[in-house]
Amino acid sequence: MPITSLPALALAQKLHAGELKITEVLDAYYAAMDALDGQFNCYVLRTCEHAYARAALIQPRLDAGEIRSPLAGVPVAVKDLICTEGIETTCASNMLRGFKPPYSATAAERLWAADMILLGKTNMDEFAMGSTTETSAFGATKNPRNPAHVPGGSSGGSAAALAAALAPVALGSDTGGSIRQPASYCGVTGLKPTYGAVSRYGLIAYASSLDQIGPMGRNAADCAALFEILKGADPRDSTCVAHPNTPATPVGQLRVGLPAEYFGEGLHPAVAAAVLAAKDALVAQGATVVELHLPMAEYAIPTYYVVACAEACSNLSRYDGIKYGHSAAQAESLRDTYILSRSEGFGMEVKRRIMLGNFVLSSGYFDAYYKKALQAKSLIQRDFRCAFEGCDVILGPVAPTTAPRLGESLSDPLKMYLSDIYTVMVNLAGLPALALPCGADSAGLPVGLQLIGRPFEEATLFAAAAALENLN
Amino acid sequence: MTIDRDLVLYLEALARVRLTDAERAACEGDLQSIISYFDQLNALNTQGVEPMSHALPLVNILREDVVAPSIATEALLANAPREKDGCFLVQRTVE
Repeated sequence: MPITSLPALALAQKLHAGELKITEVLDAYYAAMDALDGQFNCYVLRTCEHAYARAALIQPRLDAGEIRSPLAGVPVAVKDLICTEGIETTCASNMLRGFKPPYSATAAERLWAADMILLGKTNMDEFAMGSTTETSAFGATKNPRNPAHVPGGSSGGSAAALAAALAPVALGSDTGGSIRQPASYCGVTGLKPTYGAVSRYGLIAYASSLDQIGPMGRNAADCAALFEILKGADPRDSTCVAHPNTPATPVGQLRVGLPAEYFGEGLHPAVAAAVLAAKDALVAQGATVVELHLPMAEYAIPTYYVVACAEACSNLSRYDGIKYGHSAAQAESLRDTYILSRSEGFGMEVKRRIMLGNFVLSSGYFDAYYKKALQAKSLIQRDFRCAFEGCDVILGPVAPTTAPRLGESLSDPLKMYLSDIYTVMVNLAGLPALALPCGADSAGLPVGLQLIGRPFEEATLFAAAAALENLN
Repeated sequence: MTIDRDLVLYLEALARVRLTDAERAACEGDLQSIISYFDQLNALNTQGVEPMSHALPLVNILREDVVAPSIATEALLANAPREKDGCFLVQRTVE
């Protein structure tokens, strides 16, 4: 098997057994990027020099048997909104072109502490605002399963890098589906952890009450191993807590909830069929099925976009052309510095969401939109609380269709927002959810399912995912 | 809710951005369809429902008050578009 086809844990085993050297692995991945990434555009930056320098430090310790971390020596791709000290971090925006953070995100530091090696930074929708990786200032990423289609977004570069065998594991971030939806479109696996499970320190903020960093990989075991490294309390993020490590409910005892609202109008029949086949596979292993309702589903998208845009307009007010980031050369006053720097630095989707956020927070509209959305958020959480009284996991599709063609979504932002129907509720309720491949449509494009769990019950999601993978 | 050019201009001012005429015209239509979609929330009965800002009932976790290194001024200023004498340089704000 070629080095780049090995899953991360298998690769680690070979590295730890001395059958492979880290430099051989890096050589294989960078050669693969030379051959393929011109076509797919998964990476915005390759960190070769950094990677080989790290390999030189880690290899002797690996050889001496000093390292025990299960993914030590394994390279990892990191979405370009996670700060890496001294290494350009752009959020795929002209606003941050050339920005070299003076510190690393906690999630990144945990990768380094586990002796993992940065391969490069991956493409994304600008500031994570988009569902297709087409709003990137560095050009769209193409779906390796079919380059005429989008890879999904916003973590499209990470998902596509995994699908194209240009990385063994990757970090993404998920505010409204940005790990799960590209994982689904590209046929890979990704976890959106429970809110508060992984530190957001150094994650460039979009909507702080919804954002979570999570692992992406080619199978559930790789994601679980990476999640072990990432999770845990961080004194630099007051919303991040120690993980209670709730043990997994075995598949034989699992009560699988099927929400009627996730299988209704708008769901492509090929997607429905693949997800329901996975349900049957769980039942064959002893799981029981519980039909249930999430009546708030019809309000999920307006609730999400009101909350996310409100937080985005506040978070992105920091880009002022003064402290870092793009600064307009010809500005003559302080006010002009703000307006020109932001107008030149941000792309249209980012401007649109900042303006929407200003609208829902502005005097006269606050109660009708923002306060209403926060109340709806409460009701969405109540829906899930009721649902989880009768089941242990909720099973559904990740997205209504397989990956759309490039360009189809850009002309109509509302249409793009509507494709987030099954993912955004999870972020609003702060729950963990795992996306994994479960088949393909008639054109061969991957279909993904998601398993949604109770807070901090990621172990149950990984166990159920492993049970489904064993069938393939 | 009807979105007109004046509202778009007002939102540009709040957002500290300036659109071109073509962008503004397109934005008016896009905001109209998106905000009309948001208006679905009007149909939801939220009487007596507490607004929720955070998903989990978290309490602040306070760290020990101990001295720890902070990032050096030079490192923080390295990304500044303009700096002078260890400070960010901005245009004159008071005449």
